[in-house]
Amino acid sequence: MRRLTVSLLLLVLAASCKTQREDSQAPGASKGSGEAKAMMPAFTTTANEDGQWLSVQKDYANTRFSGLKEINLSNVDKLKAATTFSTGFTTGHEATPLVVGDTMYLVTPFPNVLYALDLKQPGGATKWVYQPRPDPAAQGVACCDVVNRGEAYVDGKVIINTLDNHTIAVSAATGEELWNTKLGDINRGETITMAPFVVKDKVLVGNSGGEMGVRGWITALDVNTGKIAWRAYSTGPDSDVLLGPQFKPFYPMDQGKDLGVKTWPSDAWKIGGGTVWGWISYDPETNLIYYGTGNPGPWNADQRPGDNKWSCTLFARDADTGQARWAYQIGPHDIYDYDGINESILLDLQFNGKLRKVLVRPERDGYVYLIDRTNGEVLSANPYGYVNSTAGVDLKTGRLIPVATKQTAVGKVVRDICPASPGTKDWQPSAFSPQTGLIYITHQNLCMDFEGVEANYIAGTPFVGANVKMYPGPGGHRGEVTAWNPVTGKPVWKIKERFPVWSGALATAGDLVFYGTMDGWAKALDARTGAEVWKFKVGSGIIAPPMTYRGPDGRQYVAFLSGVGGWAGAVVSANLDTRDSTAALGFATAMSDLKKATTKGGMLYVFSL
Amino acid sequence: MSSRFELAVALLFVTTIAFAAEPAPLRVCSDPNNLPFSNSRGEGFENRIAQLVAKDLGTKVSYYWWAQRRGFVRNTLTAGKCDVIIGVPSSFELAVPTRPYYRSSYVFVTRRDRKLHLTSFDDPRLPKLKIGVQMIGDDYASTPPAHALANRGMTANITGYMVYGNYADADPPRRIIDAVANGEVDVSAVWGPTAGYYIRKSRVPLVARPVEPQFDLPFLPFVFDISMGVRRGDTALKDRLDAIIEKRRKEIDAILRDYGVPRLDVVDERSSS
Repeated sequence: MRRLTVSLLLLVLAASCKTQREDSQAPGASKGSGEAKAMMPAFTTTANEDGQWLSVQKDYANTRFSGLKEINLSNVDKLKAATTFSTGFTTGHEATPLVVGDTMYLVTPFPNVLYALDLKQPGGATKWVYQPRPDPAAQGVACCDVVNRGEAYVDGKVIINTLDNHTIAVSAATGEELWNTKLGDINRGETITMAPFVVKDKVLVGNSGGEMGVRGWITALDVNTGKIAWRAYSTGPDSDVLLGPQFKPFYPMDQGKDLGVKTWPSDAWKIGGGTVWGWISYDPETNLIYYGTGNPGPWNADQRPGDNKWSCTLFARDADTGQARWAYQIGPHDIYDYDGINESILLDLQFNGKLRKVLVRPERDGYVYLIDRTNGEVLSANPYGYVNSTAGVDLKTGRLIPVATKQTAVGKVVRDICPASPGTKDWQPSAFSPQTGLIYITHQNLCMDFEGVEANYIAGTPFVGANVKMYPGPGGHRGEVTAWNPVTGKPVWKIKERFPVWSGALATAGDLVFYGTMDGWAKALDARTGAEVWKFKVGSGIIAPPMTYRGPDGRQYVAFLSGVGGWAGAVVSANLDTRDSTAALGFATAMSDLKKATTKGGMLYVFSL
Repeated sequence: MSSRFELAVALLFVTTIAFAAEPAPLRVCSDPNNLPFSNSRGEGFENRIAQLVAKDLGTKVSYYWWAQRRGFVRNTLTAGKCDVIIGVPSSFELAVPTRPYYRSSYVFVTRRDRKLHLTSFDDPRLPKLKIGVQMIGDDYASTPPAHALANRGMTANITGYMVYGNYADADPPRRIIDAVANGEVDVSAVWGPTAGYYIRKSRVPLVARPVEPQFDLPFLPFVFDISMGVRRGDTALKDRLDAIIEKRRKEIDAILRDYGVPRLDVVDERSSS
C-alpha cells in the first residue's frame, strides 16, 4: 500500500494560485501592506465561549469555530478515543451532533432516529431515543443516498427534519414530541435532507428533490407551535418568491418584474428546481438570513433557454417576513449541476481600505465569492481549485463568464470539464478561525467527460442521457484542504487527499483544524501551516462535519461521526457497481477504489486528551 | 449409526416432498403503482406476464415492491430481494436482458376531433402547437422526444410532465394523456404502452401514432425493444425465461393487445388510425 495519503504538499497548480506558505506568520497580520485579517462579526464574538455546540454550523455566522483550546498544537498528538457510540445504521452519515449542557443530540440518516446521550454518565449513556418512523417510500424517491445533515436546538427543544418532509420539535429533556409539521410531499418527489436552522422564534427549512420535478422553497415555522409563518419559492412570480418593494438586487441582471417566470420557457418554472438543501446564515444587525438555491431541473439545459431564475441564486431575506432584500444569481442558466447551496460565512474585513461586512462562499463552481452582505455586490471571486468550465466572474455585471468549448449538449462530446458536477466543493461546510483569519475549505479535485448518450429506463419509460465520467483533476488526487485568506482572495496553504474531502471542517482556538477523510481518518492540522499533527483511523469513512465541546468534567472533547455514503460514498454505502458508468450519476467510476479503503457503518467517535 | 442414517434419509425425503409440493415462487421486482405496467393489485400487463411465466414454471409470483426510480435495480434485483424485472430495454446495462418480447415506439397523442394526423417531429405545424413531453430528471437525461424537440429549437411551446407523476394518485403517469383530452396541450409525445393504455380510458376520443423518424442522428432512438431482466450471472433463469418467451409468445401478444400497447414488431390489424 502506498504511503499514507496525505503529505504536506505545497500547491503546484494553476496560474492564479501562486500560493506559497506564508510561513508561521498569521496571514494578513501586520504585513507590510498593513492588511488586517478577517474578523468575526461582533454578534458572534468568541470571547465568551461556553463550550456548547448549539447549532450544526456553531453560530449564526456559520464559522464552525470553537473558542476551546485545552486541545491545542502542543498536546494534540496525545488525543485519544474517549468513547464511541453506534447509530445502528449503514447509510451515509452527514450530521453534526449538538451538545447542549450535559447532553449530546444526534440524528441519523433515514429513518432519522434522534438520540440524546447523557454526557455525565460514563461512556455517554442513552438518555432517550426519539423515532419519527418516516414513510419507508421516502427512500425510493430520495435523490442521493438518504442523508440527514443535523439537528437544531432552541429553548428546550431539539428540532429535526425527516426524509419524508416532516419538521419535528421534541422536548430536549424527555424526547417527547412537541409538534410535528408536514412541509412537503414525497409523492411529488420532495424530501428534506438539510439541518433546520433557528433564527429567533422561527425555524427555517427547505426542500430537496430538484431531479424529481420539485419546485424549490424555504419555509419558516414558529418554533413554539410549528405553524408555518412564511414560505418563499425559488421560481415563479414575485409574489411567490417574496420579492416586494424592499427588493433591491445589486446587478441589473437580477432586476425586473417576475424574472422567476420570464427567464424560463413557457411554464417550465413550475417544475424548475432551485431546491434549498444547504446552509443558512443570519445577521442579527440587519435581520437578514442568507442562503442559496439548487440547480435548475429537471429540464436539460437546452430545454430551458434563459437565466432560469431563481435557481443557483443567493438570497438575502428579512428573517421575520421572508421578503427578499436582495438576490444574486451565482449561476445563471446552470449547465453543470453547480447547485448554489453552499455555506455563507459572515465576516467583517478590510477591502480596498474600507471595512466591509461580507459573506464568503466557497462555491461549487470553483470560486470563493467575497460578497458585501448588505447589498449583494461581489467584491472578488477567485478560484480555490482548478477551474476551466468558466473564465471567472465579470465583476461589473456579476455574471459568470462561460467558456464556449465547455458547453455541453446531449449528443456532443465534451472532455475535461473542471470542476465536475459535485463542484470544487459540494455541501460540506468550511470553517473560519479568527486567530488566523483563514477559511478552511475541505473539497474535491474532480473533472468530468461528457461523452455522448446512452439509453436508460425508469418508471416504465425508456430515456436517453449523457454518459458522464468523473475522474481526478490535475495532480491525480481527488480531495484537497485549502486554507484561504478572504482578504487577499488567495490560498495560503493546501494539502492533498486521495479521496474527495466530503466531511467539512472544524477550527478551534487551539490553532487546530479538524476534518475527516472518506477512507476513515479523523485528522487534525496546524491551522497556520497545514502540517498534519494528529490522526486516528475510525471504522468507516467520514462525511460528517466534526464538532467540539466542553464536557461536564470540564474537559474538551472532539466528536467525529463516521459512516461513509452520500453522493460521493454511495459506492460503499449502497454497494454501487463501479462498472456501471451511470451509477451515482457518473461519480461511482471515480470512486471505484473506495470499496477497498473503507466499509459502511454509522459510529460516533469522541476524542479527548 | 444406521438409525441415524435412516432418519437422515427420511428427512431428506420429507424436504424433497416439501419442495416438490411448493416450488420456489418467481420473485419479481416491481413498482406497486405504475399502471399500465404494474401495481400492487396485479392490474398491470407486467403483472399478467409475470403470472404467465410463473404458471409455466409451475409456481406462483411473489413480488418485491419498490418505486421504479433511480436506485430501483440496486435496491431490488442487485440487492437479491427478487430475481426478475419484467420490463427493461434490451440495451439495458444494469441487468442481463432476455430476448425481447415486444417493440414499441414513442407516439404522438392527439384528440381525434382535432384531425391533426401528426407523425413527424419535422411537421411544420409543430412549433405552433402546445406539446406535452415526459420528463425524467436525471442530469442531462430526458425522454427522446424532449431531446428531439429541443434539438429542433422548440422550447417555448413545451410543457413537461414528470413520468413519476403524483405517486399518491391511482394512475401517476396519466396526466400527460389527460392534458391532451382537456386541451391543456395540443399533442403529447408519450412512450407507447403508457399512451395506448390511457387512451382507452379516456372519455374524449384520442389517437396515437408512432413518431417519425424512428431515429434522430447521431443516436436518439424513439423505438425500443423490451426484454425481461435478470441479475448478472443468473444465466439459468435467463435461459428459462428465453424459452418461455418463445413458447408463450402468442399469450404474451394477447396480453399486450389487451392493454393497447402499440407494437412495431407485429402487425396489429386493430391498430387505430
